[in-house]
Amino acid sequence: MSVEADVKTLIIDEQEVSARAGQTILQVARENDIYIPTLCHLDGLSDVGACRLCLIEIKGGNKLVPACVATVQEGMEVSTDTERLRKHRRTILELLFAERNHICSVCVSNGHCELQTLAQEQGVTHVRFPYRNPNLPVDASHERFTADHNRCILCTRCVRVCAEIEGAHVWDVMGRGINSMIITDLHEDWGASSCTRCGKCVQVCPTGALFDKSKIGSDHPKYPDFLPYLNLMREAQ
Amino acid sequence: MSKLKLATVWLDGCSGCHMSFLDMDERLLELAEIVDVVYSPIVDAKEYPDEVDIALVEGAVSSEDDERKIRKIRAHTKMLVAMGDCAITGNVPSMRNPIGPEAILNRAYIENTSAQPQIPSVVVPKLLRTVRPIQEYVKVDAYLPGCPPSADTFHTALTAFINGGPLDVSALTRFGA
Repeated sequence: MSVEADVKTLIIDEQEVSARAGQTILQVARENDIYIPTLCHLDGLSDVGACRLCLIEIKGGNKLVPACVATVQEGMEVSTDTERLRKHRRTILELLFAERNHICSVCVSNGHCELQTLAQEQGVTHVRFPYRNPNLPVDASHERFTADHNRCILCTRCVRVCAEIEGAHVWDVMGRGINSMIITDLHEDWGASSCTRCGKCVQVCPTGALFDKSKIGSDHPKYPDFLPYLNLMREAQ
Repeated sequence: MSKLKLATVWLDGCSGCHMSFLDMDERLLELAEIVDVVYSPIVDAKEYPDEVDIALVEGAVSSEDDERKIRKIRAHTKMLVAMGDCAITGNVPSMRNPIGPEAILNRAYIENTSAQPQIPSVVVPKLLRTVRPIQEYVKVDAYLPGCPPSADTFHTALTAFINGGPLDVSALTRFGA
């Protein structure tokens, strides 16, 4: 029995591309080597559109749309790299830096940080907003890992990997808006929580917010590439 | 042609940016052909000159003295360059911001001192409530992030500033570099 594929044709950055119905604009762009910056997106996890870095323009619409959650439509014309988008992306990154205490020079993730790399790539040389410098806790109660809320950008990758892949759902988000925090269980110490100690959250964390205690200095690259493989192997079973 | 007047300034930083600047090594000799260093921790000028072409400012604004200095520098400088992460982000000095200056002074001068513990109040300038990057006080014309920016970054950037050529800072350096 053959299944007829529902193919959509659209234009991304003046390039004609085809996609399967239900694919996101980000997926299709990546398949065609068209770069869209992302931060909260991670291959192998569900998408939440939290960071807004993947915003794109669709011809005929005034609103900017996050490419990670917007699905393709027949005939749509997408722009991924306009001056307006570049301006918004820089602003988003600057706001992330201003919101908490990102001291790159002394961060465990210096040189391996997705926020730092994106800032450089998008041409952020300084932050135009006043730094908030909030007083935030560092949870070092876990035997193997540390959560430094000063570096957290609330991308929720840790929450998603723990719930969706590990199946433990230890991480979650507490509070609203600028007071939001990632927490373990019902805001208990990480060390006293129901954590399975798998370390997936550490590997998917884009910054130095979650790190391995055995790593020091800038010797802390993260390896989130296992996720798509893990999903693939599980599907095959 | 008269030489360009270059100043380098050290506010609240570790002097690492100045060290890195000096790491230009023999290229400093070429630089000395075209600029005069009119004010710097490494030359013996006590007062900031009236007219400076390019000023490289290291360090954040942490004290009343820093604030006075950066305003004076701005008023007498054509091109003000924020040099390094402390000047641009507050960096390590700004790590005291969440807890305030009292806690820091107490730890340094009372808790950890056995002989005559007291917080200095004369001669040393008063600390501001929070450590701020210089662009929160004055207009900055160019930013060179890095902790510290490399000697190559300094050389490429200064060459561009002096010759008025294009400069892609993000291709050279980044926060924490």
